[in-house]
Amino acid sequence: MTRYSAWSLVRAGFAGQRTWGPAWRDATPRKRYQAIIIGGGGHGLATAYYLASRHGIRDIAVLERGWIGGGNTGRNTTVIRSNYFYPESSRFYDFSLTLYEGLSRELNYNIMFSQRGMWSFAHDRHGVEMLRRSVNAMRLNGVDAEYHEADEVQRRIPGLNPSPRFPILAGLLQPRGGTARHDAVAWGYARAADSLGVDIIQNCDVTGFDIRGGRIVGVQTTQGDIAAECVGMAVAGHSSVMAERAGFRLPIISYALQAFVSEPLKPVFDTVVLAPSTGTYLSQSDKGELVIGSGLDLFPSYAQRGSLPVLEHTAAGLIDLFPQFSRVRLLRQWAGIVDVVADSTPILGESPVKGLYLNCGWGTGGFKAIPGGGFCLAHHMATGEAHPLAAAFSLDRFRTGALIDEAAASGIAH
Amino acid sequence: MLLIECPWCGPRAESEYRCGGESPIVRPADPAATDDAAWADYLFYRDNVKGLSFERWHHRFGCGLWFNIARDTVSHRILAIYGITDPRPVLGPGA
Repeated sequence: MTRYSAWSLVRAGFAGQRTWGPAWRDATPRKRYQAIIIGGGGHGLATAYYLASRHGIRDIAVLERGWIGGGNTGRNTTVIRSNYFYPESSRFYDFSLTLYEGLSRELNYNIMFSQRGMWSFAHDRHGVEMLRRSVNAMRLNGVDAEYHEADEVQRRIPGLNPSPRFPILAGLLQPRGGTARHDAVAWGYARAADSLGVDIIQNCDVTGFDIRGGRIVGVQTTQGDIAAECVGMAVAGHSSVMAERAGFRLPIISYALQAFVSEPLKPVFDTVVLAPSTGTYLSQSDKGELVIGSGLDLFPSYAQRGSLPVLEHTAAGLIDLFPQFSRVRLLRQWAGIVDVVADSTPILGESPVKGLYLNCGWGTGGFKAIPGGGFCLAHHMATGEAHPLAAAFSLDRFRTGALIDEAAASGIAH
Repeated sequence: MLLIECPWCGPRAESEYRCGGESPIVRPADPAATDDAAWADYLFYRDNVKGLSFERWHHRFGCGLWFNIARDTVSHRILAIYGITDPRPVLGPGA
């Protein structure tokens, strides 16, 4: 594999940039692997990469039903942050953010992580109190956070409406938050995993599981049966479907979460904003598109498209904050199917089937968790023990009652 | 936009309704005799079907009626609407 560098770019330039090979092999499955990962999104590819790089397990296949990074990894608004409330969540998401900070270098692949800061707003007195509480909680948990009054928020955010319908009284800034190129995260992990010997197998749907004596021994796929000692599952909104094929249920409801982008504009917006009252996310991509995220369509859905009332609601919220964007045309609208659990905390670790491990329950915020989720699932699959950062995220918490209720605690959209 | 036929008001826009989740979910008859796993199953675990799904809806910004809908979660096609205490309808292939 060519190592990407200024030198390799110059050298390929002398050959008219025609010497680049594929970044990873499109593999065909063998009959047996030590480990199989179901789902070739960010979490699945990251799991394979960390299994290979940190635990020396290289006999791995990643099975993807469509093409890699074509599910929620390619459908999110690329926001990376760790503004959570409880210590368990803060530790985990901040670890993930830290991995993101070194990821371009580690993978030798530019994921274009831009730490432009992320804002969330308070629009009333109670919101201000919640915002102060969030800032204090984040700081107690060792995560950077700044509280700013209204005039400072107005000074720092370009083009923000000075007198919106719901006044902005205060803002929470996480300076280390930002955005990354979502495809590059999937492709970077794929390339790095492939170079360590991982087989990436696309157009391969897992149709069933071979389970003997309560233990997984392999999977049935549209490309034949494949034996494996352990299997990790990172299929987001389709987790319940896959679990049903393995004979159990999950505490998950699948919803459509939609986003849309505008036509490309010159650089006008250099940060990330979340207005929880309207569920609106806004950032600007390097291509110049405004990237706008919505709240959930609040009925169960496996259709990868959003409904119009939610789009209209989000657009109205956006235009209230940034009236100058009212004449910007939307270019594309889409939705991803997200796996929502009652406490908005992920499920990482063992399933009711021995040797089958879960990585799901990310809800509306899976993208920022990709490095951490992959890292911790790899640890669990390789050692048989939960990683300390993910020990609280077990499926068993729904039975014991040890929920980590970020849904109510964080001032973020879920 | 879904067009949902309220049994009382007739066809109304999706934005007048709220989805109340899978139906029926039956509370265990004797909570004290129900173990933690069964209680968790009742509270949190769902079929979350891709395809034909049975769910409760509430005409929140209308007459306030709760009723059941059989709906396809991929196409969003509504296949049956029935009363809140009625049993799930039997829907044949191609329904």
